[in-house]
Amino acid sequence: MHKQSRRLLRGIGIVCALALGATACGGSDDGGAAPKAVSESDVEAALEKGGTVTVWAWEPTLEQVAADFEKEHPGVEVNLVNAGTGNEQYKALQNAISAKKGVPDVAQVEYYAMGQYALTEGLTDLSGFGADKLAGQYSPGPWNGVKAGGEGIYGLPMDSGPMALFYNKKVFDKHGIDVPTTWDEYVDAARALRKADPKAYITNDAGDAGFTTSMLWQAGSRPYEVNGTGVKIGFGDKGAKDFTGTWQKLLDEKLVAPVTSWSDEWYKGLGDGTIATLAIGAWMPANLASGVKEAAGDWRVAPLPQWTAGADAGAENGGSALTLPELGKNEALAYAFAEYANAGDGVETRVKGGAFPATTAQLDSEEFQNTEFPYFGGQQANKVFAESAANVADDWAYLPYQVYANSIFNDTVGKAYVSGTTLADGLKAWQDASVQYGNEQGFTVEK
Amino acid sequence: MTTLHPPATAEPRPAPPPVGRDRRSWTGWGFIGPFVAVFALVFLAPIVYSVYLSLFRDQLIGGTGFVGFDNYRQALQDERFWAALGRVSLFLCVQVPIMLGIALLVALALDSGRLYGKSFFRISIFLPYAVPAVVATLMWGFMYGTRFGLVGDVNEAFGLSLPDPLSPGLVLASIGNIVTWEFVGYNMLIFYAALRVIPHSLYEAAEIDGAGQIRVITAIKLPAIRGALVIATIFSIIGSFQLFNEPSVLQKLAPNAITTDYTPNYYTYSLSFSGQQHNYSATVAIVMGLITMVIAYVVQLRGMRKGV
Repeated sequence: MHKQSRRLLRGIGIVCALALGATACGGSDDGGAAPKAVSESDVEAALEKGGTVTVWAWEPTLEQVAADFEKEHPGVEVNLVNAGTGNEQYKALQNAISAKKGVPDVAQVEYYAMGQYALTEGLTDLSGFGADKLAGQYSPGPWNGVKAGGEGIYGLPMDSGPMALFYNKKVFDKHGIDVPTTWDEYVDAARALRKADPKAYITNDAGDAGFTTSMLWQAGSRPYEVNGTGVKIGFGDKGAKDFTGTWQKLLDEKLVAPVTSWSDEWYKGLGDGTIATLAIGAWMPANLASGVKEAAGDWRVAPLPQWTAGADAGAENGGSALTLPELGKNEALAYAFAEYANAGDGVETRVKGGAFPATTAQLDSEEFQNTEFPYFGGQQANKVFAESAANVADDWAYLPYQVYANSIFNDTVGKAYVSGTTLADGLKAWQDASVQYGNEQGFTVEK
Repeated sequence: MTTLHPPATAEPRPAPPPVGRDRRSWTGWGFIGPFVAVFALVFLAPIVYSVYLSLFRDQLIGGTGFVGFDNYRQALQDERFWAALGRVSLFLCVQVPIMLGIALLVALALDSGRLYGKSFFRISIFLPYAVPAVVATLMWGFMYGTRFGLVGDVNEAFGLSLPDPLSPGLVLASIGNIVTWEFVGYNMLIFYAALRVIPHSLYEAAEIDGAGQIRVITAIKLPAIRGALVIATIFSIIGSFQLFNEPSVLQKLAPNAITTDYTPNYYTYSLSFSGQQHNYSATVAIVMGLITMVIAYVVQLRGMRKGV
């Protein structure tokens, strides 16, 4: 017995040690490269020659675009892979780049995440591909996004998310509450709603980095200043104070539902009227139509509430671009696909499929603006969105490591949602953690 | 010196090759070779690579550079790491005794022979172990929901307001509950198997001596399964220190209660996959592995001190 146990225990030691090995991952080093140039004739030649282009994207409307593209260029095969949504895909992409293996030719990357890849030379600068000539085709927010705080153009904008206030008109009508036009009115509406129906909340918020940064954007706060590898982070400006002051009231009085967005509870709340509004990007209608069918006809869209009455400040919430990873193959073909999808005929296909465009031609077109949404009771919601898109301030910057910063948002700011910590203190903790990480990563970060 | 041998000189006749010894040594390698190869590949190589990684630092700006033991210095001063270790230690001190206590009780009950439907109990108590941890956690996560989950339904049906199991103060206990549910059956099986091999003659002797059931348990059964108890304890210590599935799944449901550095393993995962800090992540994993080994070894020494 004794001897056997000892042997077994030695085996256990091995098990312990195996755990050590589990973290072995590839390191990476960055190979610098001069901006590449691919001319139109190169692209033509590549299309003529044919080949396979691998695209990592989760945008559903790209399926039709890929099919059309293949039809138009018979020799080309588009290998569309869904490698996960958002962060999941970034992990996969970063691992592929680190391993220098299996890197896709085209990858969907959200604007907030572009800085990291652009800076570490993970993405091809498309200026030499002719992308610089496309500047005028896009609305200011998304174009600002693909420049990722630098000089290059690291992708072609695919969609954008100018924010608007989605509200459940049925709930507002039932309790005789006016749709808020300022955030102060929004707080009042939240109180009135709660009084009328103790189960109903004006909105949900369980701590969401994307939402908070968008709100700060609209409030005029510019917490991040990026100048190459010099970064400044601060949540002390007036805009940030306006936001935390107002939002703290909602949290303190328990006026927002502690429900995580995209959870089953969330969809249920949107459907049964217990979550009455959403301040979110213009890409939301398709999600409402597919995920919250039971509330069809109840919801409407209004301009985002303002921080000063009568203003028209907007902000972007989400949105993504198609990029060409530096290690991808067949750039000419990859660029041809990205251009087709985001500047060519593919845009119209995607708009028909429910995507919200980043191109002014579509945003300003009468057909687009006059589209009636059956889900919103026939409202021409795109008018609201297009106006919002035009009013987005284009001087916002994300951190060059925003993906990481967002991943620790709930560790820091999240405390304000479940304990006595205030939002302002939470943001301060987030700032400190972001500063520390940035300095560890070789940036020069100031507070 | 040896090179000065004149070529003409007749070589001294070589001693007859030690045929037997030679063959023996090769035969030995033949047996051990496959094991050594696999062992080196799946065990030594990853550890060596981890240690190698831990001596470097890869930065978004500046690339990779050799930093010696800087990562270790940082890990030893890392509040987030120590907080995570403290959390799993607390978990270990509370959850493991409860789990093993229940498992032992059930094993003794099964072994007592007085239970009706013994095999049914045995299999049904063991069954949760067959449920993958991720599925089990998801299932419990739904039950813990205060709005639409079981807790919410109970609150509604009885007009109660039970505390939220996923709030920061209770979430560790909630994880403990899931782990206990998962692993009682597994530990019970270890104990039960050890109980079954106790020779029957001991019980007969005890009966002749007039010992009661309690006395049989304390004087015969418990000492006899001491080895199994120690092994189960060590497995549980390792399991606690490696806590990962449950917090990482529940994190999606309670992102503000479970931080990305909630347990040491989850912390290394976050460092590696969100922060791109592979090198530091390897360091934390090595430090954690060493701590686990030391504690497991101490428990082994103590548990086996008065060998059976």
